[in-house]
Amino acid sequence: MRCVVGIDLGSTTTKAVLLDEHGVLVGRGITNSRSNYEVACAIAQKEAWMAARFTILERMLEDHQDPSLRDLGEGLKGGFRLQLYLVQHAELANEIDSLLNAPHAAPYRNVLAGPAKEILDEGEHAASALFHGAAERKSDFFRDLAGASFMAGAERLTKSHNVPFERLVGLFDRAILNVESRPMDYDFGTLLRKAAGHLPTIVGGTNEALNTVVEQIVGTPIEEIAFVGTGYGRQTLPFPKEAVRSEILCHGRGAHRVFSNTRTVLDIGGQDTKAIQVDEHGVVTSFQMNDRCAAGCGRYLGYIADELNLGLHELGPLALRATKMTKVNSTCTVFAGAELRERLAMGQKREDILAGLHRAIMLRAMSLLARSGGVDNEFTFTGGVCKNPMATKILEDLVREHYGDQIHLNIHPDSIYMGALGGALFALDDVKAGKPGILPAFAARSRSTPMRAMV
Amino acid sequence: MNLQQTEPSITRKDDSQEKQKRMIAGHFDRLACAQETGQKVVYTFVPGNLTELIGALGMLPVLPEINALQSGMRGKSAGYIAEAEKAGHSEDVCTYVKCDIGMLKSGNIGPTGTRLPPPDLLLLSYTGCFTFLKWFELLREEYKCPVVMLHVPYQPDGHITDEMRTYVVNQLRTEVIPTMERIAGRTLDEDVLKQWLDRSRLAEDDLVAVWESARHRPSPIDGYFGGVYYIGPIFSAFRGTDAAVDYYRSLRLEIEERIARGEGPMTPDGPATRERYRLVIEGPPNWTSFHDFWRMFSREGATVVASTYTRVGGLYDTGFRHDSARPLESLAEYCLGCYTNLGLPSRIALLERYIRDYQADGFIINSVKSCNSFSAGQLLILRELERRTGVPGGFIESDLVDPRYFGKANIENRLQSYLQMLDANLQRRSA
Repeated sequence: MRCVVGIDLGSTTTKAVLLDEHGVLVGRGITNSRSNYEVACAIAQKEAWMAARFTILERMLEDHQDPSLRDLGEGLKGGFRLQLYLVQHAELANEIDSLLNAPHAAPYRNVLAGPAKEILDEGEHAASALFHGAAERKSDFFRDLAGASFMAGAERLTKSHNVPFERLVGLFDRAILNVESRPMDYDFGTLLRKAAGHLPTIVGGTNEALNTVVEQIVGTPIEEIAFVGTGYGRQTLPFPKEAVRSEILCHGRGAHRVFSNTRTVLDIGGQDTKAIQVDEHGVVTSFQMNDRCAAGCGRYLGYIADELNLGLHELGPLALRATKMTKVNSTCTVFAGAELRERLAMGQKREDILAGLHRAIMLRAMSLLARSGGVDNEFTFTGGVCKNPMATKILEDLVREHYGDQIHLNIHPDSIYMGALGGALFALDDVKAGKPGILPAFAARSRSTPMRAMV
Repeated sequence: MNLQQTEPSITRKDDSQEKQKRMIAGHFDRLACAQETGQKVVYTFVPGNLTELIGALGMLPVLPEINALQSGMRGKSAGYIAEAEKAGHSEDVCTYVKCDIGMLKSGNIGPTGTRLPPPDLLLLSYTGCFTFLKWFELLREEYKCPVVMLHVPYQPDGHITDEMRTYVVNQLRTEVIPTMERIAGRTLDEDVLKQWLDRSRLAEDDLVAVWESARHRPSPIDGYFGGVYYIGPIFSAFRGTDAAVDYYRSLRLEIEERIARGEGPMTPDGPATRERYRLVIEGPPNWTSFHDFWRMFSREGATVVASTYTRVGGLYDTGFRHDSARPLESLAEYCLGCYTNLGLPSRIALLERYIRDYQADGFIINSVKSCNSFSAGQLLILRELERRTGVPGGFIESDLVDPRYFGKANIENRLQSYLQMLDANLQRRSA
């Protein structure tokens, strides 16, 4: 399979999208950027590359002569992700073990070791439920899933066993940073075969047929024929200048590809917010973005989540439970914590404050939209923040209030990939124009880099 | 401490640039000796400056905003601004003002390392900027020296009426010149003033030829980053001097030679090798990261063919010249006609003219945080220009001399996005 690659290095997450030569999306990947763009880039790309292999699987199974195999695609994919999760989970356990055995941990070792092991064992046993059939996961990141599991266990054990909560969760916080910043050593084929081995025996069929399919997936070559990099950290990519595009153009192009009637795009990423106007071809005609202050961007929500000891993905749902909206004056990221603590000290409810914070962010976005030329029909919301249900709800309300109810708002569940998709589309243009940004050294290295993927 | 990493400039300096450097050093040397030589010193501002009057009366001008921008370029403004803020000036105050006040409180060492003399007179000859008034109020408190103010009416309709001209001339006659004469200790010799004005006119003719050279492809000049060097002598202490006449003549010849050789402008990385985009720029440059800012353009092959900032000290390319036949009238028209004294419709019309005359592919507005009065309405300018010309505009934000407001990654991101947007639009139109 010959593919083009678009990579979007956001300040929070790095995304990769693979398109085949016909422009069909065949794979995508996402990982935490963690300020290490090169590693993040390799991971996201490999993740997309892995997803592309599952696309190959789907295409093979669609037409497979053995009908009993056709339903196995999702099971195999879920099984593979479970295996990947378990590899990462084992690394997390090892890391926590190392931290506990460090000399400075001696005073707490006996107190923490037992509960930590208990929590990790529980997390390992509960993992299969996260990847079973149509299981709904609150996040795609190992950090979030393992973190939620660890946090729940820590809360429970703190109450029942008199374990110091802060020290216990502090173990996880330190360990996850180390786990995430190290390359993970695993082999795609090995994990896929393991996943296939755990699938139930096919009724009326043979596992031999399944094994043949697995080997075909593993053995199918994927050739990356062009790259385009974009996003906040794009300058750090080892790409030639021609293969680096502005994320503004990429988000506009990606959004237009998914929703072809798009004329206005709002992208709220970790570090910046962009209001973009595109024409009927998806070409950007005007844009505005925030200046160097990251007030009201995704990073602001990140600080708020940290302050509340919540996962980023938990903010929106919590804010949706608000019974009234606290008026928040500042979206200054630096003062995010102070603003929050002040409100809490005044006795206001967390969810009400969060609702107000979300509104303050979206009001800033509305100002940028106005400066870029307003909101035209159709309006597409992209970037990491569009996964936040409270943010999207408020945006919808504000757009209706300011631009009437004729504006159709598009929010795709995979909007976070729009920048990478736009990049891949530009890469495809380059191929068609006979000047692809081919990166043999980088491509070869990233393919061989052991990866830390999302699960 | 300046945390911004700046690449060293490898620019080969043109002869004119070397000449200018010597001129400026000489001027600051004269200022350093002013108290010994007995020459009187006048602090004044660039827009609407009355350099010919100052010169004809044998006095020396000091331009605080030029000192501030020089401090910005030399990495000293952050410290000076901090000094001023320590003295109680708010974060929202114009950073030129704070830089100047901070420099004063740090010993008043000028850009060439010599001490600036205190003013004998503060000459406020342009009142379109309210900050200028407050600035000189502060300096008056610091130096306890006299102030003379020339009230310059705003040009709301884009033209100078007889009443406006007469109003300014009357002030010159009855207030400004008598005060200057008292400080200088001599009477203004009108013939000497006329000689100064004649020399101004010669330099102005040559400067206009330099601006208009940007009509060539490739443009032999960068009319913004290079342009701020070209305006150095004429916007500061040298208009009306033989040195300025000589400088602008040699600059013009230098540019003509460059045209003959088919060369583009000089950049911080050496001579430009390609002209990929021709741009018009509105708004002043950032001074604290001036060369980084310039490189963002030059490394993309973007040449600025015209800019409004380089016209703040005189709109000569719309026809104005100092005129010895009408000395006070032409000085009045100069003060009334400076770019910052124009309303939005006139500014839009001028930018539109530049975009069309210089066949610009695009235009960019650099909106500075320090200057609310000048930055107000710039988004309106952008939309209106897009509507009139069909040329897409770009918008970036920085500051004059406060390095805290220069976000390199953010500005570069916006600029590259804008230039790629120009490419995409061009490709779509040609498809």
